[in-house]
Amino acid sequence: MSETEPTTPVGTNGVGTAPVAAAPAQATAGIVSDPLVEYLIRHGDDRLVLGHRLSEWCGHAPILEEDIALGNIALDLLGQATSLLGLAAEQEGKGRDADALAFFREAVEFRNVQLVELPRGDFAVTLVRQFLFDAYDVLVTEALSRSAHAPLAGVMAKAHKEARYHVRHSGEWVVRLGDGTDESHRRAQRALDDLWRFTSEPFLMDDVDRAMLAAGIGADLDALRPRWEASVREVMTEAGLQIPGGAFVARGGRTGRHTEHLGHMLAEMQIVARSHPGATW
Amino acid sequence: MPPQPLTADAVWAALHEVPDPEVPVVSVVELGIVRDVRIDGDALTVVITPTYSGCPAMREIERDVLAALRACGWASARVVTTYSPAWTTDWMSDATREKLRAYGIAPPGAGRAAAGETLVTLRRRGTAPERVPCPFCGSHDTALRSAFGSTACKALHFCNACRQPFEEFKPI
Repeated sequence: MSETEPTTPVGTNGVGTAPVAAAPAQATAGIVSDPLVEYLIRHGDDRLVLGHRLSEWCGHAPILEEDIALGNIALDLLGQATSLLGLAAEQEGKGRDADALAFFREAVEFRNVQLVELPRGDFAVTLVRQFLFDAYDVLVTEALSRSAHAPLAGVMAKAHKEARYHVRHSGEWVVRLGDGTDESHRRAQRALDDLWRFTSEPFLMDDVDRAMLAAGIGADLDALRPRWEASVREVMTEAGLQIPGGAFVARGGRTGRHTEHLGHMLAEMQIVARSHPGATW
Repeated sequence: MPPQPLTADAVWAALHEVPDPEVPVVSVVELGIVRDVRIDGDALTVVITPTYSGCPAMREIERDVLAALRACGWASARVVTTYSPAWTTDWMSDATREKLRAYGIAPPGAGRAAAGETLVTLRRRGTAPERVPCPFCGSHDTALRSAFGSTACKALHFCNACRQPFEEFKPI
C-alpha cells in the first residue's frame, strides 16, 4: 500500500469504492443467478487473488526461507482456488472451467473481498494483511468443512489444515514485526492502520450468504466474527500494536465493486492466457 | 506383453512400485495418496487424494500411476481425485515413517495431525518450542527454521548437535 491514505479508488468498471450506502445498478453486471455458483466463486476468488499477490514476492522476499514460505502459501491458496472455481464451473454448467474463470473474467466479475486485492506493499503490509485474512480463513474453512455440499466440504477440510499453518506463520510474523525494532513496529502499525477498514467486509452477510446458510451449505459469518476479533486482538496485544478505531468500512467486492488495484493485477495475471487463448505448455 | 489379470491385489501391488516424485523413498500407496482401487468388469479406477491443495506433484503422480497401470496391460485405467476425507499424515505406517527417517527426513509425529490446536500458537520468548528429533543423530536439540520447506509437505529445521539442517515431513 502506498504511503498516502487511499482516496476513493476507482474500479475498472468506473464505479468508485467510496462508502456509498447502496450498490449502484452497475455493480450487478456479470452477477450469476445461482447462489451456489456465486458462493463458490467468492471463496475461490479470495484465494486466487491473494495467492497471486503472495506470488509477487517470489525472488524478492527479504530472506530465502520467507521467499519459500510465501511461495508455498501462495501455492496452497491457488490450489484451493482451482478446486473451488472448478466446482463453480461444474455447477454453472456453461462449459467453462477453472482456468476460464480465472483468466477470462473482468474485474467487475470478480467476487473477492477488497482486502486481498490491495497491493502487496512492504513486507509488513503483506504479513499483516495475511494474518488478518488467515485468522478469518482458518475459521471459515473449519465451518465450511461441515458444509452440506459434500465437494465444498472436502475442499475446505483440506484447506483448513493448510490454513492452520498459514495463520501460525503470519501471526508469528505480526508479533515479530510489532514487537521488533522501532522501524518494524512503525511499519506494522501503519499497515494495520491502513488495512483495518477492509477487515469487516469478509463478515458482511448478504442474500447469497443467507441462502447458503439456510441450505446448510454456507458459514454463519456473524457467529465467526467474535472469534476472529478475539484472536486478532490477542495477537495484536502480543505484538504491541494498536487496533485502530474508525467507522468507515470498505465493501463491495462481493458484488464486483473493486479498488483500482484489482484491474491492474488482473491485467498482469491474465495477459499470457488472453494473448494465447488455448495455448498449452 | 499380455495384460496381467485385473485383480485388486495386482493393482495395489503395481501401485506400490510407484514412488512419490518428491520423496522417492516411499511409494504413493505408503503416503496414503492412493485411496481406493475400483474394478468394475474391465474398467479400472484409481482414486487419489492430494497431500496439499496446490501440490505441484499431483499431475505427475497421476501420470506415473497411469504409466504403471499401462505397463501391466490395463490401458483403459483412469485416475480420479478426491478431497474427502482430507489427506493426513496419520495414515502413514510406522514402517513408512522409519523409511523417511532413514532417508534423512524427520517423519511426522504419529497422531499429531489429529490433535486439536488453538487458533494461533505463539511461542513466547523464553518458552520451549516443540523439538523435532534430528533424523541424522537423534538429538532433540533442534530448532525450527521455517514451517515451509522445499516442498509443501516439508518444514525446515536445524540440528544444534550435529550442525546439519534437515527436513521434517509436517504432521497435517
